[in-house]
Amino acid sequence: MDQICVVALGWKMKSATTAPAYTLNHPRWYRKRVSTYWWLQRWEYLRFVLRELSSVFVAYFVLLTLFQIYLLSHGPQAYAKFQGLLKNPLMIAVNAVSFFFVVFHALSWFNLSARAMAVRVGGKRVPGVLISGSNIVAWLVFSVVVAWFLLRG
Amino acid sequence: MEAKPSQLRLEPLLWILFSAGGVVAAFLIPVQLFLQGLVFPLGWAKGPDYATTAAFVAHPLVRLYLFVLCSIPLFHAAHRIRYTLYDGLQIKHLNEVIAVCCYGGAVFGTLVAGYLLWSFH
Repeated sequence: MDQICVVALGWKMKSATTAPAYTLNHPRWYRKRVSTYWWLQRWEYLRFVLRELSSVFVAYFVLLTLFQIYLLSHGPQAYAKFQGLLKNPLMIAVNAVSFFFVVFHALSWFNLSARAMAVRVGGKRVPGVLISGSNIVAWLVFSVVVAWFLLRG
Repeated sequence: MEAKPSQLRLEPLLWILFSAGGVVAAFLIPVQLFLQGLVFPLGWAKGPDYATTAAFVAHPLVRLYLFVLCSIPLFHAAHRIRYTLYDGLQIKHLNEVIAVCCYGGAVFGTLVAGYLLWSFH
């Protein structure tokens, strides 16, 4: 038993003295190659990628809005061009796809907030359904307010 | 392994902007896009005309709203696009270039939004 310990210690000391400096990445370690298209293998993965992809359409919406403000500041004719552009079938299609993605973002975001926020009332954790549910209610209220402002004119 | 001090200070800020932008985008973008991109062009409802829209955007509170709507979601998008490229396509060697392009684009978009809304008349 003692001998084993000594041998073990000896091995440890030896390895400590001969071990190279700490390296982040060792090229000889076995790493399984992951396909570039790993996210197509399961619906959960695809859903994750679609959720992440929604950010592209969020950015698209911002660019569209900035373009709208830019043309709005250039007078009625420039703004009429913008409104005409939005009537283009291609733009309608792009906006329909974008709308699908931003709704997907909103719903996944509300479901996510139920997991991220651990709200406790009276020592008990509020169930996630209530948190995402109240988020969806707030979403509807915000939507109605914005729609009221836009539909008024 | 030593973490770079600059990364230590910037990462939490980027995550805060990511989640704040996610909230703004979730609450406000669907209704805006639905009305502006589908309902008004398809004629399902009559949208505000040029004069109404221009007068509306000229209001300081509306401009503040539009600035928030156009700036923070860009940082949200930049953050997500960065990590989607990182995880999805496994192009880790381009990490720095991607980060600079994504956040740089968001900063640029914010500056453009600020300029457009500040100088709007």
